[in-house]
Amino acid sequence: MRLTRFKVAAAAVLMASSLAACGDAGDDSVDGIDVDVQENAAEEFDEGTRMRELADSGTIKIGVKYDQPGIGFKGATDDAPVGFDPEIGKILAADLGIAPEDITWVETISANREAFLQKGEVDLVIASYSITDDRRKVVGQAGPYYVTGQQLLVKSDSDIASLEDVKGTEVCSVTGSTSLSNIEKEGATPRPFDTYSECVDQVLNGTVDAMTTDGAILLGYAAEHPDDLKVVVDPFSEERYGVGYSIDSPEMCEWIVETIEDAQEDGAWAEAFEVTLGKSGVDTPEPPEMDACA
Amino acid sequence: MEDVFSNFDLVLKAFWLTVQLAFLSGVAAMLLGTLLAAMRVGPVAVLRGVASTYVTLVRNTPLLVMCVFVFVASPNLGLFVDTPFLLKGTIAISLYTAPFVAEAIRSGINAVPVGQAEAARAIGMTFAQNMRHVVLPQAFRATVPPLASTLIAMTKNTSVVAVFGLTEATARMRDFVNDNADDTIAIFLVFALGYIILVELISLAALGLERHWKAAR
Repeated sequence: MRLTRFKVAAAAVLMASSLAACGDAGDDSVDGIDVDVQENAAEEFDEGTRMRELADSGTIKIGVKYDQPGIGFKGATDDAPVGFDPEIGKILAADLGIAPEDITWVETISANREAFLQKGEVDLVIASYSITDDRRKVVGQAGPYYVTGQQLLVKSDSDIASLEDVKGTEVCSVTGSTSLSNIEKEGATPRPFDTYSECVDQVLNGTVDAMTTDGAILLGYAAEHPDDLKVVVDPFSEERYGVGYSIDSPEMCEWIVETIEDAQEDGAWAEAFEVTLGKSGVDTPEPPEMDACA
Repeated sequence: MEDVFSNFDLVLKAFWLTVQLAFLSGVAAMLLGTLLAAMRVGPVAVLRGVASTYVTLVRNTPLLVMCVFVFVASPNLGLFVDTPFLLKGTIAISLYTAPFVAEAIRSGINAVPVGQAEAARAIGMTFAQNMRHVVLPQAFRATVPPLASTLIAMTKNTSVVAVFGLTEATARMRDFVNDNADDTIAIFLVFALGYIILVELISLAALGLERHWKAAR
């Protein structure tokens, strides 16, 4: 009997610690910005465009990340994701006359963003989605609406201070991500994990030496563990986040670029930054120049 | 696609890790599984209970959950922090596979006519001698097909650790897919071919073993 009780206790401890691992990201409830939902938005768009279809249907499916505090995060008990990406999504939806509560949020992970756009599982992907030439061959990417760069997140007492120091260390990131290939080229052993939050755990418990991805994401985690973690190394890549859309609806590009440019001018972009990424203490940057549509 | 072929050393390195994982986990799972099977058919009631509890508990746990215990929960409790990832992968996969091996072997043991074990006992063999010289050699022969299936499943299961810090074939495939979004299908096919080759090698080995033992009988 004692054996059984011990097993139950051990299992409970293990479960609790793995659950705790899932639940400690993003505790603050961000309400986000107020957006002006356009009325009769459908009339603004020509018949036959994807924007017109979406405006007529009154709903839109937007793919965002659920595990990146500051960028796109949804706790287990939250109704909707919060972060800079969802805020951009709300701005775009509002221009179609779709209120934030009518947006259907879909979790996209790094590996399935192209597939979701191609199959029409989502209408837009706003999920720390770096613009690359290869991706632009299979999906549309409008932007950049935000520019960041790859950095390292280490323990506060870590010796890693420059990019040369990562040689021979173990560095965690998400399986199949560009950040992981980049750090492998710097001589580190890549440690692929499923989510960024698992990587943070691996850094915190000392299993790996560092984690790497875009600075914006790392800042969000560092802000949650200010005593234990720090962001080091100057950004050593340029990641230009774009809004993904189906390559079959090229007309969406102009609309996305114009809507975000308007938001940059009227301050909605800066406001969206302040209530999300800005919370980690960084200053609101100048909005980036958007690429012209092909 | 050129990206895959110009970096083919990375593909081979990834499959080499898959082979290492499969081989180490296979050996460990066979040893542990044989031990569990022997415990389950053995004369000691406590060991029988322990073995059947283990089989029930672990066989009902998804491999992903097993990996979460070994790679995420344990380090949070201070265990396995400095353990190499390959060893952690071997632990997770072999602990998970062992009960399947045990049950395959037990089915083989049950297929050995009871008179064999009785005869061995009658000439004064201990339980261990009985198992080693009489029952298990006959049991293994009957277990080759189900064991081969278990090992094949295990080899493919190694792909789960792609999201637990090991850059094996599946993790490398996802790297390539991410870098070459326009070539997804071709990359999937290359890596699928790699897995087919590995699995066919196990199948062929099992077939050879079956023939060999048939001839020896």
